[in-house]
Amino acid sequence: MVLAKQVPDTRNVGKDAMKADGTVNRAALPAIFNPEDLNALEFALKVKDRIKDAEVIILTMGPARAAEIIREAMYRGADKGYLITDRKFAGSDTLATSYAISLAVKKLAPFNLLVAGRQAIDGDTAQVGPQTAEKVGIPQIAYALELLAVNEKEITIKRRIERGVETVTGTYPLAVTVHGSADDCRPRNAKRLMQVKHARTVSELQTETRDYTELMTARPDLKIQEWSVADIGADVEQLGLSGSPTKVKAIENVVFQAKESKSLGSSDKEIEDLMIELIDGHMIG
Amino acid sequence: MNNVFIYCELTEENHIADVSQELLTKGKTLANELGVKVEALVIGHQLNGIEKEIFPYGVDIVHLADDAKLSPFTSGAHARVLTNILKQEEPQIALFGATANGRDVGPRIASALKCGLTADCTSLIIGDHEDKKAGKTYKNLLYQIRPAFGGNIIATIINPETKPQIATVREGVMKKEIFDENYQGVVKEFKVDGIFSDLDLAIKIIDREIQPPKVNIKGSQIIVAGGYGVGSKENFELLAELAHALGGEVGASRAAVDSGFAPHERQVGQTGVTVRPKLYIACGISGAVQHTAGMSDSAQIISINTDPNAPINKLADYAITGKLEEVIPMMIKYYKKNSK
Repeated sequence: MVLAKQVPDTRNVGKDAMKADGTVNRAALPAIFNPEDLNALEFALKVKDRIKDAEVIILTMGPARAAEIIREAMYRGADKGYLITDRKFAGSDTLATSYAISLAVKKLAPFNLLVAGRQAIDGDTAQVGPQTAEKVGIPQIAYALELLAVNEKEITIKRRIERGVETVTGTYPLAVTVHGSADDCRPRNAKRLMQVKHARTVSELQTETRDYTELMTARPDLKIQEWSVADIGADVEQLGLSGSPTKVKAIENVVFQAKESKSLGSSDKEIEDLMIELIDGHMIG
Repeated sequence: MNNVFIYCELTEENHIADVSQELLTKGKTLANELGVKVEALVIGHQLNGIEKEIFPYGVDIVHLADDAKLSPFTSGAHARVLTNILKQEEPQIALFGATANGRDVGPRIASALKCGLTADCTSLIIGDHEDKKAGKTYKNLLYQIRPAFGGNIIATIINPETKPQIATVREGVMKKEIFDENYQGVVKEFKVDGIFSDLDLAIKIIDREIQPPKVNIKGSQIIVAGGYGVGSKENFELLAELAHALGGEVGASRAAVDSGFAPHERQVGQTGVTVRPKLYIACGISGAVQHTAGMSDSAQIISINTDPNAPINKLADYAITGKLEEVIPMMIKYYKKNSK
């Protein structure tokens, strides 16, 4: 089972990323597959390559459009996907999010491996993976770099530690968070893309003009399940703002403090004067 | 009860890690302001005398869990010990290093205790909060301040209802300072007998390979850093030449690292290292707060950018508008000419 998140691409923030009132203009940022979740998907697909009959399930939580990353994962080799989606999840912090995901994971049990990217680029917290593992009640291996060996009973992984690397073995079920230095995800598979290009959630089907009834009956794997709060049996009090112990007290749009700064051009004289000033001020030399 | 707790990480040689010493210092400041005590948590094996490294930070109680099962670190075993101690002691604040281990075990504990956790804080201060909607006032909360959303905003996070308030902080963000060389506290031993389930010990370590850190940009007085605007790995060589001439190190922004121009170990910023050199030369760096959070305390900042309006220029003491391919060779030339 692979946990993935659709995130705004915070690495390519342009001028329109912030609104005049200082809030984030999500519409101006493209939504992408969180980069380290792609490393996680690749890790899971490598396990599938080596274990007969292994199945890779992709699980995400987000708005309806997050189904895009489930399809993307399927094009690359995932077997099927689930989307946890409900307005009641809005405002959830990492604890409330991990509560919701853990319920979905338990609903999909039994499973052997829960694989997630180390962290998402919109928050960089690296919390949801371990928090989910704790709630599901399984051990975790964080910062996986490489799959060394895997069989029906256990898995051996090389992982990053603060001052080096470590080789660890664990028996199932367990959680793994995958580091961005692990192998990149394989590209879309053309054959696979043709097979699953019609994968849709129920809400997406309602907006399609074409009639999918026959196709969905013949190919149930194309149906991306959507789960609401009720579907996963969640306690609403533990979700959204009420279920989130962390609150945002203040948000400050980044404004640099103006400081007296000298503007220079790039003429020989200006650069030489600068270097002399730095040397005289004992900054260099 | 209600004290400030610091999880002390150990180095490979079983000494208190730098990041934890920095947090002990910060913890003491916060505790003094709150009028409470600082307690330290040390978990490992063969820890005889470790408390002597901790007391000088003004620590009153060192909780010591010493057992062969606790070293080397595994998140399962450490999480069990930490969860048990924190449940029993009910601190108001618990601080962890934002290290591989701290970020492995921290979220598990927050999840088990159902309390809030804020990662990678760049500042921690005590303050009040008024919830107008609920008509409630909270005194002396921990403001956990961190850049968010790719560094485009700075968020102040609070946990009004749950304790402990847990935060992680990267190495180098806080300053370490001995409180009193002769300060004496007490040691409380925590017995681990029978507390572990099979699952807590399910991950077995087969092999560990410690790699000495290759670069030490943190310790450098002069840093020449490049961003996405440097454009290529080849252009980074120019930065290396300037750094070499000035006796400094090369740093990089996240965008430059992500683009493969420089290795991650040279990354400066919220998700890299925090530096405070005497001189920071920012080349082709626009100045996202995620980056500036890691270098804004530099004594002097020079920016070289083709864009005269790059945000970093507002932070710079000298903002040079020009191409770094031209400016850097000139800097090297005129440095050599004028240095004594």
